[in-house]
Amino acid sequence: MVPLQYLWRRIVALVVTLLIACTITFAVFNIIPGDPAMLMLGTEADPEVMVNLRQQLGLDLPLHVQYFRWLWGAAAGDLGTSVRLGRPVAGLIWERLPVTASLAVLAMALTLMVGVPAGAYGATHRGRASDYLVSILTQAGLAIPHFWLGILLILLFSLRWQLLPPGGFVPWAKNPWQAFLSLLLPAAALASHRVALVARITRTAMLDALSKDYIRTAKSKGVSHRMLIYKHALKNSLIPVVTVAGMQFAGLLAGSIVAEEVFALPGLGRLLLQAIGYRDLPLVQGIALFIALAVVIINFLTDILYLLLDPRVRYD
Amino acid sequence: MAVVWRTKHLTMNGWPFEGLRRFFKPRMLRRRRLNIWLGGLLLVAICLTAAASWWGLALEPNAMNIRERLVPPSRGHWLGTDHFGRDIFARIAYGSRIALKVGAGSTLLAALLGAMLGAWAGYKGGWWDEVIMRFIDGLMAFPGILLAIMLVTVMGPGTANTIIAIGIANVPVFARITRGVFLTGRNALYVEAAHALGARTWDIILYHILPNGIGPIIVQAAVTFSAAILTEASLSYLGLGIQPPDASWGRMLKEAQPQMGRAPWSVLAPGTAIFLTVLALNLLGDGIRDRLDPETH
Repeated sequence: MVPLQYLWRRIVALVVTLLIACTITFAVFNIIPGDPAMLMLGTEADPEVMVNLRQQLGLDLPLHVQYFRWLWGAAAGDLGTSVRLGRPVAGLIWERLPVTASLAVLAMALTLMVGVPAGAYGATHRGRASDYLVSILTQAGLAIPHFWLGILLILLFSLRWQLLPPGGFVPWAKNPWQAFLSLLLPAAALASHRVALVARITRTAMLDALSKDYIRTAKSKGVSHRMLIYKHALKNSLIPVVTVAGMQFAGLLAGSIVAEEVFALPGLGRLLLQAIGYRDLPLVQGIALFIALAVVIINFLTDILYLLLDPRVRYD
Repeated sequence: MAVVWRTKHLTMNGWPFEGLRRFFKPRMLRRRRLNIWLGGLLLVAICLTAAASWWGLALEPNAMNIRERLVPPSRGHWLGTDHFGRDIFARIAYGSRIALKVGAGSTLLAALLGAMLGAWAGYKGGWWDEVIMRFIDGLMAFPGILLAIMLVTVMGPGTANTIIAIGIANVPVFARITRGVFLTGRNALYVEAAHALGARTWDIILYHILPNGIGPIIVQAAVTFSAAILTEASLSYLGLGIQPPDASWGRMLKEAQPQMGRAPWSVLAPGTAIFLTVLALNLLGDGIRDRLDPETH
């Protein structure tokens, strides 16, 4: 079990990080631009409109008052109101979240389903041509830009073979199968980099595990090859994989910004880009903060999971 | 297994099989050197392409020709033309200049800023360390591309702002690495000696401790270089990075996407360019890491 004192310390660190992430978000959108209202309306805007917008956004208040108002609101789940759409930012995020979340989950599932076996295969066939092939594919996966892979997948699977939709999204509630199909290509594109990474880490961890004494002991006891690989070696090499997978899950949320644009998926990333296009700063700020907070919390949960999985970790 | 190999050995003896087998047998491949060679060669080829554009050896990247729209690859247009009739090879060559410029610029910025922050935090320790590293943790909450998007949103797009945005997004990792070097380095005997001789703080940081940690920073620089090129391509693809009419690989992909059914070459070329550049830098990074740290694979 994770000692309570350690857990408490981690939670305090988590809260501090969350606060700093909030401050950075606020600073980027309210201090760097000088005058956010000017950024939103342009330099030649009607002064009266500008004054109105400033009042509406509370930009006429002192900076620290603005900050604490905004922070207080964010803590209560109020991320402000979209200037363009006139609706609460939190509600808009909530509406688009299912698309992005299911894309990230599907990509993660693909990552683990392909990456772990590929890495294990490479490790158990070390030095053979097939191991070499896995290494080459891994290098390729790490270098291929996922949005380009997405475009190639559309070119092949949608335009040439007409097997899968080239973009767009059918809500889960309407038709789950269609929803799954519309997410398949974007998830595959998004997963490519992570598959390669996970395969690489699994291979290294597995090679490390296979060279350990307990494997030799198990082998000399007459444990079958299959048991040796799957039960003894793979299980122990999954620990680093979990950590990386957790970190990558956070990256998937960010990666989906580009993937959603390629496949025209109505998710958070698309909302963010539309908001940038309309210079809707409260909405941009809200989405950026939401993603950052999600990343911090997911990383925290991964750390805890890691502790639960690996009893050897020291708590300091 | 051994028997199979034996028979192969017997049947395929002598030239050229011996040499071929030795070359293709993975264990025989000097993986480390191969990484550096392959990566280096690719990178030289990319730099030559960029130089061709620089010296005006390639066609004009922005010259439009409505009569030659979407021409497939041919002798006149090595990689075909796009929907404005612009020569794709010329645009790729120009794009490689942009990619290398943004990659190098943002990596340099990230390394300098990150190393400075990390060195100060690690060397000073205590309160300084706490404040700087908490700030770095906060920055790390933003995935690189998101932070870059946020910064470009408020600073505006364009080459210089893209470099600054990607540079800042990559500061945390350099800060962490450098801090690690300084945490162990600051208590070393040679530092104490330098201190006793009256060396100033920044002199100790720059000339005494930093050289010991330069290896990991260089490896990270190679990784960041390739990641920065990917980020620039993504930003430009989203329309937030390099602005038209400047050719950027990401922007070329965006512009080619609507016609990709009719003109697949227009999406193949820029993507391949990004892929090969990132691959070259990754291979070089791997090679350098193996060189510097032979223990890990």
